[in-house]
Amino acid sequence: MRRASVWAWFWFLLGFLYFFLPLFSTFEFSLRMLKGRYTFEAYRVAFTDPAFFRNFGYSLIWSVLTIAISLALVVPTAYWVHLRMPRLRPLVEFITLMPFVVPAVVLTFGLIRLYGSPPILLTPTPILLVAGYVVLSLPYMFRAVDTGLRSIDVRTLTEAAQSLGASGFVTLTRVIFPNLRVALLSGIFLTFAIVMGEFTFASLLYWPAFGPYMEEIGAMRAYTPQALSVVSFALTWFSIGVIQWLGRGVSGQQAQIAGAR
Amino acid sequence: MAFLDLIGLQKRFADTVAVEDFNLPIDRGEFVAFLGPSGCGKTTALRMVAGFEVPTAGRILLDGVDIANRPPNQRNVGMVFQSYALFPNMTVGQNVGFGMMVAKKAKEETAARVREMLKLIQMAELINRYPYQLSGGQQQRVALARALALQPQVLLLDEPLSALDAKIRVELRAEIRRIQNQLGITTIYVTHDQEEALSISDRVVVMNAGRMEQVGPPFEIYNFPKTSFVASFVGTLNQLRCTVVDAPKGQLSFDGQTFSTATPVRAANGASVLAALRPEELHFGRFDGENQLTGAVETVTFLGAIVRMHLRLGSSLVTLDALNERRLTLPEVGQTQTVSFPPHACWVMSEG
Repeated sequence: MRRASVWAWFWFLLGFLYFFLPLFSTFEFSLRMLKGRYTFEAYRVAFTDPAFFRNFGYSLIWSVLTIAISLALVVPTAYWVHLRMPRLRPLVEFITLMPFVVPAVVLTFGLIRLYGSPPILLTPTPILLVAGYVVLSLPYMFRAVDTGLRSIDVRTLTEAAQSLGASGFVTLTRVIFPNLRVALLSGIFLTFAIVMGEFTFASLLYWPAFGPYMEEIGAMRAYTPQALSVVSFALTWFSIGVIQWLGRGVSGQQAQIAGAR
Repeated sequence: MAFLDLIGLQKRFADTVAVEDFNLPIDRGEFVAFLGPSGCGKTTALRMVAGFEVPTAGRILLDGVDIANRPPNQRNVGMVFQSYALFPNMTVGQNVGFGMMVAKKAKEETAARVREMLKLIQMAELINRYPYQLSGGQQQRVALARALALQPQVLLLDEPLSALDAKIRVELRAEIRRIQNQLGITTIYVTHDQEEALSISDRVVVMNAGRMEQVGPPFEIYNFPKTSFVASFVGTLNQLRCTVVDAPKGQLSFDGQTFSTATPVRAANGASVLAALRPEELHFGRFDGENQLTGAVETVTFLGAIVRMHLRLGSSLVTLDALNERRLTLPEVGQTQTVSFPPHACWVMSEG
């Protein structure tokens, strides 16, 4: 084995251990609820807690709402920027990066301060929570859609559809959306994963969600939260796996399109 | 009255003029090519007819109705793009039937039309393929079928063959013309390839810097160019800087050698004029009643059907094209050669 190769394996192994050792330990610990043997008791306890399903269910609702609003907001915007106002791209991109610049805590307090008292009182409704999640998902959703739009010739496809009599709506639903399917799905799954594990917004705005629930359990119990975090990891990985799987088929297809040209 | 009439069309983008003073009546069933270098406004002119650009001024009459401000999806104009622009998520059949689907035609009618169109482009057996499973030439045929399926009043083609191989280009060019003839559809074809424009169209519009330079049948455009731009853009042209020797007799002097044109020269004796001469009008040897020029052979390039040679005359090079023959003896480089051309082959170009 060559020297370079040995070092490559060394760094790879180091990275692997850094990421997987804590995860493995968590998993191993979660199996030790009953003394002296490995069982899935902690998982059984976690899954039989009605609060688990309630909170998980709430998070599901929040993520579905977030995805719907985020799609409705981002897709037409990105499409329009691509087609008509490419000069606005840097601005839109900057706006979508806001959640990386403004911490969630700051954003939440800002929202509460502005909308937490009359004349605009929104804190009793989940509007602020979902709105916050939408902001949080912007960078992922916009980037996913943007990449999708770049991979097809949006302008010419739109013009082709128009010259065949299609309205803007038909063009979007029959031509643009189907060709963005994978991009949209990856945006959707990323948003889903983020919202399912989010803590700050739900906790500060005081809405039931999976994130705060895990936190709460973590403060009270030893084994169950470990089980829950393994479940949470599995969920995220599943989402990412689905994106990878969907994306692979299509990039192969597009390579063939490029080849045909 | 013209079927499609472009009247005083103009398009400005911010501070640049893309198309100006564009007037062109097109007859029903006519095939017109817009020819010019990139940026000459030919595509912008086409896109105004398609409805993708709104003219700054002017009118577009289609069968007597002004459509200049109609959105593209209400024009009944078929369009074929350079990049094919087939919908990647649809099969060949779905692509061709897209317009019918949008127009909410009956399923049987759509299916029948799709089959008819695919038969027209000789691709009936590929109805269930996806675009990425087709070659470039096949994709462009499908795009053509898709544009024709709705039986548009006008067919627009924007450099449809530019992305294809040379051989496919020639094949498809003939096929486009065949289909156009068969359907009798009024067609505008944008290209920067002069051979394409000359070979395919009834009339050619040569454009430069947003303006029409000349409109006419290919033969006329090539043999009787009206401006120096057309003369030099279409085909290869020898441009000889001459001195007028005897204007009424059409006698000119080039590099100390005198020759004559068939018509009197409209300039004073001793004036400097630009004489034009196509390379294929020149031939080796001395012929009675023809002009002669003598120079040294500088290059000989064998192009297959044509042998292209450059002759050095003073500070200028004169290009000569000879048809290839198996018995042809190619001249040696450095050899002194005399070439002849008939007086009518040469004309004095208007300058400025």
